[in-house]
Amino acid sequence: MSHILVLVDLSPAGEVRGDAAALLAVAAQLGTPVAVAAIHPGAGEGAAALLGGLGAQHVYLAETEQAHTLLSLPQVEALDGAVRHFGPEAVLVSHTHNGQDVAGRLAVRLGTALNVDAVALARDESGLVATHSVFGGSTLVEATVRGARSIITVRPGTLDAPAPPSAAAEAIVVPLRLDGVPAAQLGTVEAVIETSNRPELRTASKVVSGGRGLGSKENFALVEQLADTLGAAVGASRAAVDSGYALQTRQVGQTGVTVSPDLYLALGISGAIQHRAGMQTAKVIVAIDKDEDAPIFEIADYGIVGDVFTVVPQLIDAIGARQNS
Amino acid sequence: MRNQREPDDDGGTRPPDGAPDTETEGGNMRILVLVKEVPDTWGERRIDPASGRVDRQSSSPVLDEIGERALEVALAIKDSDKSTEVVLVSMGPASATKSIRKGLAMGASSAIHLVDDALVGADLLFTAEALAALIGREAFDLVLAGNESTDGRGGIVPAMIAEHLGMPHLTFMDSLRIEAGQVSGMRNGDHGPAEVSAHLPAVASITERLPDPRFPNFKGLMTAKKKPYTTVSLAEIGVGGMREAASTVISSKERPARSAGVKVVDSGNAGRELADFLAQNRLI
Repeated sequence: MSHILVLVDLSPAGEVRGDAAALLAVAAQLGTPVAVAAIHPGAGEGAAALLGGLGAQHVYLAETEQAHTLLSLPQVEALDGAVRHFGPEAVLVSHTHNGQDVAGRLAVRLGTALNVDAVALARDESGLVATHSVFGGSTLVEATVRGARSIITVRPGTLDAPAPPSAAAEAIVVPLRLDGVPAAQLGTVEAVIETSNRPELRTASKVVSGGRGLGSKENFALVEQLADTLGAAVGASRAAVDSGYALQTRQVGQTGVTVSPDLYLALGISGAIQHRAGMQTAKVIVAIDKDEDAPIFEIADYGIVGDVFTVVPQLIDAIGARQNS
Repeated sequence: MRNQREPDDDGGTRPPDGAPDTETEGGNMRILVLVKEVPDTWGERRIDPASGRVDRQSSSPVLDEIGERALEVALAIKDSDKSTEVVLVSMGPASATKSIRKGLAMGASSAIHLVDDALVGADLLFTAEALAALIGREAFDLVLAGNESTDGRGGIVPAMIAEHLGMPHLTFMDSLRIEAGQVSGMRNGDHGPAEVSAHLPAVASITERLPDPRFPNFKGLMTAKKKPYTTVSLAEIGVGGMREAASTVISSKERPARSAGVKVVDSGNAGRELADFLAQNRLI
């Protein structure tokens, strides 16, 4: 079986972030899954056990003090070393801002084919086939991946493979030297205050988003209330973020996060094309807005022309009544 | 230390290492801004079934808005320091000249346009290689680009160019400042905004959170036609022929356009009806 490398994003505290579990699951279907990460020296043992638990057969860990203080290069160097060690058929990287930069630099360095923003991966007789969703989800393109090796970035939240059995992963820990690499210094990440245990926006199966129609930061609490009733993640339109109703990390759309949940509930969002580009591949779209001509209704499976401040509280009560009955 | 022009045939030479950099020179920054002509997003966009590529004929082309925004960032630097030189760099068909000239009308000093039939359908690797080869022959302190174009949406070329040039990248920047030979600002990171910084020369990409691009004024439009506009081919920048693309499109299907479903006007019961709809679809 050919090796499939997966770049894993580990937090400074050693937690797996983002889509690593889903990437390892699809890697297990395509070949032998190998998890690769840049870590702080000494964090290896915990990481190996954790990643084995997600199905990684091998774990390649590159240790450096600068794992979290240099932009992208620690991950590029870790993957570079892992590619030389395993000679894999493919390298899978999450299509996030960090992942895009890592994949791009690695592809140039190795002169390896690069396929970006895949929403599905499969194998047929000709090799790996990546499916891409383009033009804001209006067109699906299937492409065979050329060459003996490829780097593929995968849109978060789109893969849907059953979790592989956990493995006693074989760990390789190597020291990483980063003296003089051309990398930007990464300062402190602004603490994003999470007030609840809501699912992560990129990978949530349900998303409730609010827009300018909420009118104020205080009113935006209604979005959060509905999200918590549904067990959903909270999103926002650019207008709501620019008005200070929601943190920028919540922004759904061309500039922000692209989501493909089972349910997308848009509250007080008119539905500019930049917003639609980030959510229109959702399976079911529900929109509530005062303006009956809002473009969001053109793509909504269920649209309600009405006041979010009367419809949403009634919806929350009705869901509560069902859950209690 | 600024990236220096390569030695060329007319006797230009690269100054020795340790030559004065932008920090000590003070000013005279040279910023290259990547711009691109794209199909207008307001039109219908489609894949050409014969080639598997973006059909660039089926909708009217415009200068990509995010590239205009990158140009705005460079022009704002020029506004505060008149010695700054802003140069447009673009790759695209000869017909893109009209769009690129809009950038000159906005205030860029000159433009370099890479035109070559071998670039038709170029994938990310070839695109980055060609642009990096062009950029590597120029003197510059900073390469600026939009974070991702509205057509390809890869958002990956700036980091690839940085790798080719052996320079740091600062991508998805929500703010950008240049001082004391450094470029820094807030990056829209995966785990929240993060401060990043690097020494010049560097490659940066910006997001749409930076200010809207200015409109060309009458004077700009009048002078745009007189500004230096250089067209170069791959051979002229030392890049050889075609490349095999990273992948081959085997099928492309337009999703049935998402059509509007039910639309109801709330008459006092819409919240309860929506709960029923969600329950019927097993979403609660």
